[in-house]
Amino acid sequence: MEKECACSNRFADVDDLGPLEEIIEHYGSEKGALIPLLQEAQDAYGYLDEKIMREIAKRAGYQLSQVFGVATFFAQFRLKPIGEYLIKVCHGTACHVAGATQITDEVINQLGIEEGETTPDNKFTLESVMCLGACALAPIMVVGDDTHGKLKPTKIKKVLKAYAGPGGPEGAEGDDAE
Amino acid sequence: MSDNGNGHRYKVVLGYGTCGIAAGATAVKDALEEEVKKGSYDVDLDIAGCMGLCFIEPVVEIFDRQGGSVVYGDITAKKVPQLLEEHVGKGQVIEDWVVKKSEDPEACEGDFLANQLRVVLRNCGKINPESIEEYIQIGGYEAAKKALTSMTPEEVIDEVSTSGIRGRGGAGFPTGTKWGFARKSPGEEKYLICNADEGDPGAFMDRSVLEGDPHSVLEGMILAGFAIGARQGYIYCRAEYPLALKRLDIAIEECHQKGFLGEGIFGTDWSFEVKVKKGAGAFVCGEETAMMASIEGQRGMPNPRPPFPATHGLWGKPTNINNVETFAAIPWIIAEGGEKYAEIGTEKSKGTKVFCLAGKVRRTGLAEVPMGYTLRQVIFDVGGGIAEGREFKAVQMGGPSGGCLPAEKLDTQVDYDQITAAGAIIGSGGMIVADNRTCMVDLARYFLSFTQDESCGKCTPCRIGTKRMLEILERICEGKGEPEDIEKLQVLAGDIKDASLCALGGTAPNPVLTTLRYFKDEYEDHIFNHKCAAGSCPALITLRIDPETCTGCAACVKVCPTDAITGEKKEPHVIDAEACIRCKMCLSRCPSESIIAE
Ligand SMILES: Cc1cc2nc3c(=O)[nH]c(=O)nc-3n(C[C@H](O)[C@H](O)[C@H](O)COP(=O)(O)O)c2cc1C
Ligand code: SF4
Ligand code: SF4
Ligand code: SF4
Ligand code: FES
Ligand code: FES
Repeated sequence: MEKECACSNRFADVDDLGPLEEIIEHYGSEKGALIPLLQEAQDAYGYLDEKIMREIAKRAGYQLSQVFGVATFFAQFRLKPIGEYLIKVCHGTACHVAGATQITDEVINQLGIEEGETTPDNKFTLESVMCLGACALAPIMVVGDDTHGKLKPTKIKKVLKAYAGPGGPEGAEGDDAE
Repeated sequence: MSDNGNGHRYKVVLGYGTCGIAAGATAVKDALEEEVKKGSYDVDLDIAGCMGLCFIEPVVEIFDRQGGSVVYGDITAKKVPQLLEEHVGKGQVIEDWVVKKSEDPEACEGDFLANQLRVVLRNCGKINPESIEEYIQIGGYEAAKKALTSMTPEEVIDEVSTSGIRGRGGAGFPTGTKWGFARKSPGEEKYLICNADEGDPGAFMDRSVLEGDPHSVLEGMILAGFAIGARQGYIYCRAEYPLALKRLDIAIEECHQKGFLGEGIFGTDWSFEVKVKKGAGAFVCGEETAMMASIEGQRGMPNPRPPFPATHGLWGKPTNINNVETFAAIPWIIAEGGEKYAEIGTEKSKGTKVFCLAGKVRRTGLAEVPMGYTLRQVIFDVGGGIAEGREFKAVQMGGPSGGCLPAEKLDTQVDYDQITAAGAIIGSGGMIVADNRTCMVDLARYFLSFTQDESCGKCTPCRIGTKRMLEILERICEGKGEPEDIEKLQVLAGDIKDASLCALGGTAPNPVLTTLRYFKDEYEDHIFNHKCAAGSCPALITLRIDPETCTGCAACVKVCPTDAITGEKKEPHVIDAEACIRCKMCLSRCPSESIIAE
């Protein structure tokens, strides 16, 4: 399986407008393309910096208020940079019933950050999401591109440790279900 | 039949959907590929979507020459060498790992599938979703071809009306009628939208269909586009489903190559295009008018109806929206005939429905059953009853818009009207099973916090009303409930239901109302006795260790953040209730389940 590069500089610098220009060009004058524009910009830069949103408004011909309005309305858009690995703890119904609160608590406990925050070493950002569609393996947590199912609070330390070192995750390929 | 069409002796198929991958299917895939290369086994490897056997993923099915097959579950990379050596090498079935055998479909866990009737999931787990050839081989795109080359749009709509199918996205509106409105709506330019936003947090049937059989959905859309006269289709899919998005892209590309999408489909002068729109994480965008706003690039807020999408939809043009599961059933209906579909089900709810069994049920997974099955049949016969031998308490259906039904309602038939009368809704098909350790007040609080969070804020009853309800529920869970809280909840619920602009607000109070209807005693227990009998609400429980079963292994001691647990080695331990902060970390640690929360 091909894996996305997980090195810390996988996102473009917000001062480099090259990637943004390509994205804007790709969508051209397509109507209703604001959301995909913002999605791709976020994929390229990791988050939506104010500067990027201003550029989108200017170059793609939107009102700045519309760009800000859309970016703040949808939960997916981040206005702050994220760490190397995004941790998404599922808080959908099945995961809630299976103890998702304790999972988030333990991640907070291990990393010393609150939800929405990034560790000082820029490794991890913690978020919660509503259902990843693998409810039957609840509780679920995604770290980077890997899904970990049937978690227990006591397993969190081990899961996170695999990502803590330099380079990619070690043996972290979502095979934690027992 | 002498072989399975490929000249090889065996075909090994790995279930490769999100669920399987989360359970370790990637490692199994690597091991299979390596082992086949190295062991020079004469087999074909293939992937498929999933069979919905989530409880026993990763799953591998091995087909023999005669077309018979054995399904193995709980396969790990470590088990792969033995699996190939014994089954493929020596022709011996490893009985202990078998889920299902084709010659005895009910053996082992096979009755999970044997008790189902698969129409929508007909191909899921059977074909490689990344190969249009495999879909065509089993009759795929025949229905679309038949319709476009030999039927009129009205005949297609009639067939769908005859089937009696009702929309599977939640509201259960008759699909044929809906298509008829869109067809009759004046205008040259019309749009078709597939709702793949799957907003109910705890449901995954649409994801499984998109991952396991994307071509059925596309074929359904081609048929619908032709029927209503729309040449442009959109699939609005949640961003949380990367694999579904990827397989949709592949399937659309393949369709273009085959000429099933684009100009002059099947040699006719009809054209149809499909574009995928990735959702941006707002539950309210599952609502039709909000979804259209979002596709237009605006904030996803609902608009008052009328005007209805059938006349004034996307970009002001006539638009028809259906759910993934609805579309996936259409090719079957056109191929087999609406009458055959109408033979399945109850008087007013025809056909089959896919349910996602999750929560405390033993066999979690996808269950497609004929309408008219009882809840008991779904949860016990298909689902295998409650996990860990516990007691059934309730089943939550319909997610944040739905309700909880207690044990005395288990004989209710799954049918739109009967489930609604009982106090829940069929919804999109989520079924979360609760046992005696699930707190109903907490579950209601959970759903309210969800809807409160997802309220778009456009209208006050929903925005402020859900907040007030949530505050009350939080208070009750914290042991600070007041005697008049139950009545306050009921009054607020009524106001929100009556005055909200869209169904998000209009149905938000339902989880509270049904738990109040069937589990009022739990609310009272929280409010008056400061007790949570399920042992769930941290403020209302105490934890203790059962001295009879505690082995003194000290596993719990290591995880306790406040050093509240003490004891001699190999002697029963005790929890100091003063020091315990009820974080429940120790609960999952104890190997003998000696820690009791009550
Ligand atoms: C708040 C809200 C969320 C909804 N979410 C979904 C959803 O995730 N998927 C879906 O198919 N329908 C959803 N619906 C229902 C749709 O608005 C619409 O009725 C449905 O897609 C129509 O398709 P059908 O006729 O095939 O059921 C939602 C409705 C509301 C009010
Ligand atoms: S009911 Fe709620 S979600 Fe619907 S429009 Fe009003 S505020 Fe928005
Ligand atoms: S619930 Fe938490 S604080 Fe209480 S004994 Fe268990 S681990 Fe310790
Ligand atoms: S983990 Fe369980 S068995 Fe071990 S000491 Fe704690 S309570 Fe006793
Ligand atoms: S509820 Fe967590 S994956 Fe669905
Ligand atoms: S295995 Fe496919 S949905 Fe769970």
